[in-house]
Amino acid sequence: MMLHHIISMKDFSRDEIDIILNRAKEFEPVARGKRSNLLSGKILATLFYEPSTRTRMSFETAMKRLGGEVIDLGSIESSSIVKGENLADTIRVIGNYADSIVLRHPREGAARMASEFSKVPLINAGDGAGHHPTQTLLDLYTIMRESSLSGLRIALVGDLKYGRTVHSLAYALSLYQADVTLVSPAQLKMPDVIKKDLKKQGAVVRETTSIEDVVEEVDVLYVTRIQKERFPDPAEYQKVAGVYRITEELLKKACDNLIIMHPLPRVDEIDPAVDRTKFARYFEQSFYGVPVRMALLAMAMEAV
Amino acid sequence: MIEKEMRVRRIEHGTVIDHITAGQALNVLRILGVSGTTSAVVSVAMNVSSGAIGLKDIVKVEDRELEEEEVDRISLIAPNATINIIRDFEVIEKYRVDLPERLEGVVKCANPNCISNTNEPVISKFLVNKKPVELRCIYCDHVISEGIAEHLI
Repeated sequence: MMLHHIISMKDFSRDEIDIILNRAKEFEPVARGKRSNLLSGKILATLFYEPSTRTRMSFETAMKRLGGEVIDLGSIESSSIVKGENLADTIRVIGNYADSIVLRHPREGAARMASEFSKVPLINAGDGAGHHPTQTLLDLYTIMRESSLSGLRIALVGDLKYGRTVHSLAYALSLYQADVTLVSPAQLKMPDVIKKDLKKQGAVVRETTSIEDVVEEVDVLYVTRIQKERFPDPAEYQKVAGVYRITEELLKKACDNLIIMHPLPRVDEIDPAVDRTKFARYFEQSFYGVPVRMALLAMAMEAV
Repeated sequence: MIEKEMRVRRIEHGTVIDHITAGQALNVLRILGVSGTTSAVVSVAMNVSSGAIGLKDIVKVEDRELEEEEVDRISLIAPNATINIIRDFEVIEKYRVDLPERLEGVVKCANPNCISNTNEPVISKFLVNKKPVELRCIYCDHVISEGIAEHLI
């Protein structure tokens, strides 16, 4: 498979996704510490114009465990960006230093634009409220490893309006003909344009505002944080903050094989007591970011 | 059509844009860069009855033939418009506007946070859906389906 830039899940067919997930599985022992020199001599540049912990560190971990090196932009304040350099120029410059670039940027479409100026593979690590394909791939991988992608019944819970991860994930799930239930307050419903896309793919999509209605009927509960920073109006945020909370009590009705996922960071959507239950998988999920990103880095940079 | 039935006289050289969606004539003029201080000879007819589309607007611009990009812009706000190129009072070419599959540099993305609305060295790019007319930004995926005229560059 020829894989170059990784910008949006829409650029992938289901077969291509399966190839990536299977490759990630091969890398799991390396992610757990087995030595590898696969990307020895290669350099990855990480450009994070917005804060990130998991995404940035898991990319660095993936690159280093594969024997490669990482350079980063450092703080925006100490870089040429404060001098007014545009993203296109920054990408052209960094493309001459590194073998691949990981970019997170606050503007939607930044990664697509950057890829037009990049001569090395560019990986989108989040563009504003737009796409975050590596998160989606690690979510799919978690479902593959901890549950099953075939015949999947999944509920996406929380902020389905502003949450970029759920938009990409819902699209990808439609490729697997998943049965998707959208659970959100009325103000945070998934945008119609995205639902229309899903239905076009033939996905079964239902909507509800009540989490109690779905907990006994699904294999995966995918919980998201209601993101304060994406609300134009703080009063609107206050109205919906804390509306869903996963507790042991709620889970009494759950299927035996239910798994709970969350892209993290969580605030109070999941009671810490749930961490000790057999349902919790969100910390495994964050670990799976490493083998999945290894697979992507390897496909981008190994002997071309 | 004989002269006495015409609201606006025939032109010798230029372009007649006919079957414009009623109400869009002024937007067509804006696309053509025709302002109040223009020196061009321009005739506008609005809300003229037309068998095919009910009411229509008509714009006649003398001594000018349109650029392809101008026709693309007109097609966005008046998808049924016809372009008649006139030389020596004769229609030498007549065609219906057709929406292109891709639009570049014609419409500004309506998402204020889109990378194409910054100082980056890129022009806006959209994929076009014809029925209904919807423009999807290639960069941020934002879809413009209403008020397209307001977003024309």
